[in-house]
Amino acid sequence: MKISKSPWLLHYDASSCNGCDIEVLASTTPRFDVERFGIINTGNPKHADIFVITGGVNEQTRQVVKQLYSQMPDPKVVIAAGICACDGGIFKDCYNVSGGVDTVIPVDVYVPGCAVKPEALIDGVVKALAILDEKREAMKNHAVCEVNYGGKTKEE
Amino acid sequence: MNNMVFMILIIAGYLILAPVAGFFLEGYDRVISSRLQRRMGPPFLQPVYDLIKLFEKQAIVVNNLETALVLGFTIFTIFSGCLFFAGGDILLVFFAFSLADMFLVLAASSANSPYSSLGSQREFVQMMAYEPMTLLTAIGFYMCCGSFNVSDIINQDVPAIVRTPGVFLGYCFILIIKLRKSPFDFSTSHHAHQEMVKGLTQDIAGNVLGILELGEIYEEVFLMTIVVLFFIWKNPLSYVLGIAVALLVFFIMIVVDNVFPRVKWEHMLVSSWGVTLSLAGSNFLILTMLKIARI
Ligand code: SF4
Repeated sequence: MKISKSPWLLHYDASSCNGCDIEVLASTTPRFDVERFGIINTGNPKHADIFVITGGVNEQTRQVVKQLYSQMPDPKVVIAAGICACDGGIFKDCYNVSGGVDTVIPVDVYVPGCAVKPEALIDGVVKALAILDEKREAMKNHAVCEVNYGGKTKEE
Repeated sequence: MNNMVFMILIIAGYLILAPVAGFFLEGYDRVISSRLQRRMGPPFLQPVYDLIKLFEKQAIVVNNLETALVLGFTIFTIFSGCLFFAGGDILLVFFAFSLADMFLVLAASSANSPYSSLGSQREFVQMMAYEPMTLLTAIGFYMCCGSFNVSDIINQDVPAIVRTPGVFLGYCFILIIKLRKSPFDFSTSHHAHQEMVKGLTQDIAGNVLGILELGEIYEEVFLMTIVVLFFIWKNPLSYVLGIAVALLVFFIMIVVDNVFPRVKWEHMLVSSWGVTLSLAGSNFLILTMLKIARI
């Protein structure tokens, strides 16, 4: 059985304008119903497989994002939801905004849109599921977890 | 000798079939819940997928004690189930069962997270609320069957429900607490968010959480078999009746879960003790006054 049949999701608002957050929550409502794919919106990083971040990370949320990411057990994937999370969006030039989630932690799927549409988000999650399975396979081949998450590493 | 073989067969059957029944109940719960909320809902086998996934995840262990205590929870839950199905003493079964729950509380309080310790404190309050009723359930069985042994309880001329309808209703009430259903899901909940995230299971992750969930599945099956036990007498057909009633009770639990919002802990304590006292108490009073209790 593939691990992607039961993805639990953690949603964090890293200085988004709340537009994207509302859309993320909308995708869990009966109209879009992400639970069809077994997705549960859990608030606990230790139970989560998918990390959905909205907003371009600012100085205050930077540490939080890093910590949440490190608390999630492997294998895990990160989705940047909304154009702010992808590269900073309209807040890109603000002095306190890092400009995109990938400046802090490695991102697997970028879902653009301002605000991100629930359909696009579900599409992004389904893409992320395929990556989750790949990572699980990679993990099986290593005794210890040495998964290359792509994107930038902490040192860079 | 024959008796011994039969008993081992029953225990083996329980160990294998209880997860099947548990997954059925969980799947039933999730599908019915989503239908009540006008959603498609997950596939019926979703609880199985969830459990397999948890066993494939990396375990983030906060401290080794926690893992040992979670293992203790699962082992004691399964052990008390075995004791029950082997026809053992129902009082002992309930005590072993409380011990299992105790392990869970200790596991949660051994972690540093404030959510986790808050969850364990709330679990204590929950135990305070339902423990009197579980004890009275065992006494109820004794009063109408003259024995604490499950093997005697299932061999009566009339089912226990005839003499102890009040105890049955009281048991159904605390079942809401035990199954972690709204309005009494304080310490942790099967729903997504709550005010203290995941509470009791906050710091239990990966395959350790898988072990915990497995224990909870055995627990669920055990709790529902007590409902079945109320309806069993000599007639083998009574098992069908019992299972049908248990499914109905479980359905009512799901509806209750979806209809009521979470209440405060004071409400839970007062209402569960009130129900225990009024339903089970009056039941015992009537039994003693009419002199139909078999003690
Ligand atoms: S992408 Fe648009 S809606 Fe989303 S957080 Fe940025 S500004 Fe707000």
